[in-house]
This record gives sequence, C-alpha cells and structure tokens, in this order.
Amino acid sequence: MTSLPKTRPAKRLGLVIDLDTCVGCHACAVNCKEWNTGGHVAPLPDTNPYGKDVDGVWLNRVHGFEAETETGGRTVYFPRSCLHCEEAPCVTVCPTGASYKRGEDGIVLVDEDKCIGCKLCSWACPYGAREFDGDGGVMKKCTLCIDRIYNENLEPAERQPACVNACPARARHFGDFNDPDSDVSQLTAERGGVELLAEMNLKPTNRYLPPRPSATVGSGASLEDAADAGGFLGWIDRVLSR
Amino acid sequence: MQPAYSVIFLTTATGAGYGLLALLGVLRATGDLPDDRAFGAFTLALAMALISAGLLASTAHLGRPERAWRALSQWRSSWLSREGVLAIISYGPAALFAYGWLALQQNDGIWALAGWGAALLSVATVYSTSMIYRSLAAIPRWHHPLVPLNYLILALATGALWLNAMLAPFASGHALSQAICFAALAAAWLLKIAYWRAIDGDTGGSSIASATGLESLGTVRPLDPPHVQDNYLLKEMGFAVARKHADRLRRLTHLLAFLAPLALIVLQTVLPGQASLFAAALAAVSVSFGVVLERWLFFAEAQHKVMLYYGADRV
Repeated sequence: MTSLPKTRPAKRLGLVIDLDTCVGCHACAVNCKEWNTGGHVAPLPDTNPYGKDVDGVWLNRVHGFEAETETGGRTVYFPRSCLHCEEAPCVTVCPTGASYKRGEDGIVLVDEDKCIGCKLCSWACPYGAREFDGDGGVMKKCTLCIDRIYNENLEPAERQPACVNACPARARHFGDFNDPDSDVSQLTAERGGVELLAEMNLKPTNRYLPPRPSATVGSGASLEDAADAGGFLGWIDRVLSR
Repeated sequence: MQPAYSVIFLTTATGAGYGLLALLGVLRATGDLPDDRAFGAFTLALAMALISAGLLASTAHLGRPERAWRALSQWRSSWLSREGVLAIISYGPAALFAYGWLALQQNDGIWALAGWGAALLSVATVYSTSMIYRSLAAIPRWHHPLVPLNYLILALATGALWLNAMLAPFASGHALSQAICFAALAAAWLLKIAYWRAIDGDTGGSSIASATGLESLGTVRPLDPPHVQDNYLLKEMGFAVARKHADRLRRLTHLLAFLAPLALIVLQTVLPGQASLFAAALAAVSVSFGVVLERWLFFAEAQHKVMLYYGADRV
C-alpha cells in the first residue's frame, strides 16, 4: 500500500494558489479547520485553546513574506498546505500502509485506523504539510476535502475544497492538472505557475502563481504638455508654465 | 530535529547490542572466543537485553503503540518497516546460536552458521535503522552518504568495547578483541570527523525563495508568522536548544566516545590484573555515554527544510 501508484493517476487533482491576489486574511485556513474538524479527518484537536500555550492541528497555514524587488518592498501572503506530490516521500516511508496516494485522483491520505503515530511521514515532508494529533495519537493532513469534492449532497458549486470556497480574493483554484483545459492547467500555463522546492524533485501537484510585477508609482515621469490642447486646460497650462 | 529520548535510546542500545551479537557470532564461529558457559550466558544476555530494551523503548514514542505490529507490513517500501522485520527475524539465528553455545557447547557446522546468520542480520538491522534517516531528503544532515557508515561503525565499536569488557575477566589479554576495539574506535572517530566537516561545510540546497516559489521577486524574508505560538512543526522540526552548545557537546563527544576509550584500551594492555579489568569496563561505559551524546547531536543539529517557512535562510 505505501508504494506509490504504479501508473500515473487518471486525474491529478490539486490547487493553484495565486500569490498575487492572496490578501492574507486566513479565511482559507479557518474554513479548512472548521470543515475538517467535522469531516473525514475529524477531529482537529486544539490543546489548551483558551490558555497561555495554545496549540492545535491546522492543515493550512498562512505565512507572510516580504520580498525586496527592484522596484521596492513587496508583501506576499503565502498559504501552505499539502501539495499532493507525485513522488510523495511521506507515503513511501510509512511502515504500516496508513499513508497512501490514491491511484484514481492522486490525493494523498492517511488511514487513521492503521496509523501508529510514528511521525516519520511528517519528518519526510519538506513542506510541513502534516501535523500530529497528540489526542488521537495519529497523523493529520489535508484531504483536498474528499468529503466535499465528491459529495453529491452538496450543491455542485460547493463541491470544492473548503479553502477554495472560502477565499474572498479568489486566490485559490481547484481542478484536474491532467486536463489541459481545466482552470488550474490554464492558470498555470498563463501565469507561469511554480513548483515549491522544485530542486527536490517531489513533483508536487499544487502550483503557486508568482505575484505580477508591481506597478511603479511616483517614478518621476515628466508631465504631459497640455499647452497645445487649447481651451481652458491649455490656457491654465500656458499661464502656469510662464 | 527534536531529540526524542526513546529514539536515542533505541538507536544506541540496539546498536551496541547488535554490534556485540555480530562479534559474538563471528568470533565464536572462528573459534576466537572462550567456550566458558558463564561468559557466553552473560555476554549473550547483555546483547539480547540491549536489543530488546531498545526495541521496546522505540514503541514509547508512538502515538498508538498497541498498533505497532502493523509496522511489519510495508517492508517493500519503508526502511522503518524493514528495521522491524529484520529485528524480529534476527532473534531466530540468535536463539539457535545461543542454544548451540550454552546447551551443546558447539561452535561448528550449523551452530557456526547460526552465528554468522545472527551477525549478518545484526548488520542488516543496524543498516536499516540508519537508512530511516539516510532516506529523508527533507533533512539534509541525515540525507548524507556517511550516515549509514557512521551508524554501522559506531554499533561495531560499542559492541566491541562491551565484548572486550566482558572478555577481560574470562580471557585476560585477548589481543584480537583489543585490536578490534582500537580499529573500530579509530575508524568511527575519523568517520565522525568527516561527517561533521561535511555538514558544517554544506550551505543547503534550498532557500526561502525556492520554498515559496518567489525566486523571481528577489530576496525573500519572513514577515508575518502564521501563528504566534509554537505548533507541532516548530516543536518537532524546529528544535534549536542544542545549537548554542553544539561545539562544547562535540568536544565532549570526542572525549567520551573516542579519545577516552582509545586511551583506556591502551591502558588495559599495560595495566596489571584488576586495574586492567577496570580500564576495559570504564572504556565500555565511556563509549556508551559518548555515543548517546553523539546521537543526541545527530538529532539536535539536523535542520529540517520546513524551517525555511519559519525563518531559516538556507537548509
């Protein structure tokens, strides 16, 4: 079971996250926590939630970074969750077969009934996608909301991961990367979607869209000459240019 | 990485136990050990106690220890599973070997084969243990070709020193045992120095920019953490307590694991009677503490790539 699927999954479901439009509101992380603490991987426990040392399992975390670009500083919000890698190292290290990658859609899941809580999968993941549930003694991770995306009790528009549904900036997109016409494939192609830690060759499914170059403001370009325009504006320009 | 005491105990105790068992298996088959039943019983008991205690301790860090048996199922893909399977299989030839020695006083034919088998499986088990770490590319200081060699040679060295200490009262001046101790310690020391040099010189293959996909923007710095208190990732992978004292702890490891045992083995050859026994025993105790320290550093000094998202520049 903990060998990776022998053939490439028919579908490769995943997310595209737009770092240009993400505003860092944490709505995706909060909705993820809210849905998943009652969903397939329930519960996502919190330790000492109202005390001094708060801790808890979250499957999505939003980091803020600052980049020094040629045109000045740039703040980038960066949601981090499981990338459902094709060469998922968290799957092959699992000694029990609890950690597995689905052949049909490439989603990486944990079978909590088989997990012994050895934490080795969380050591193997460079993205920090897995968090340990100390109460249940098992590992938790993003399921790409398998209990939403295939859920026929939900309206078709709702059959998306909770994080995608919640995003007010439409910075998150869900779809099949094997389908060249899907939103996620199109966006990745248009905007040059990048793999995180590409040097590790884990072939993550999710892609991040880098921020667009920022518009330059107050760059000192000379003002237009309106003297020839005539009329009131031309007269003002002539008077003030004296 | 957070140094879990149960895992440090597991790797050092089973290392010494398997090192000792492998040496007993081989040296008994080649006829280089005394026939003495008491020596055999005590030494085999020590080896099996170290191995069994280490394996039991390893279940202590599990979230669901009652399901530990499931870890034996994925030997095709997982080194942790292979370690478990090999550890259990190795009890077979070890028991046969012990029966041949203690009950029948035999060391040839099938009993020699059992000794060799126990030795081979001991080496394979320690190798599997080391490969659990070696296979983790997310932790570059573990994903290093010297790691399995370090584990194997340190297991041999600790096993050899315990064998030497147990041999001393039964066969004084066992030159072969002392030679093995000396060679294993010297080789382990050189390998450890080479490993430390290699990891100190490695600046890391990943940066914040490659971790965030922001390489096109320029220099990237962390600005706003996703949470204000430590989560599982920071507690497990972000352990940094030891870094401050790493130099001092490395010096102490040089002393306890290598220098002192080497000196004590030399002393053992020149000292008379009781003092010689004491030197051999002290060498074994010293190397054991030294290896625990070495293993603690192996964890504490290992950096995980996830820390790139939490402020590490390069890993």
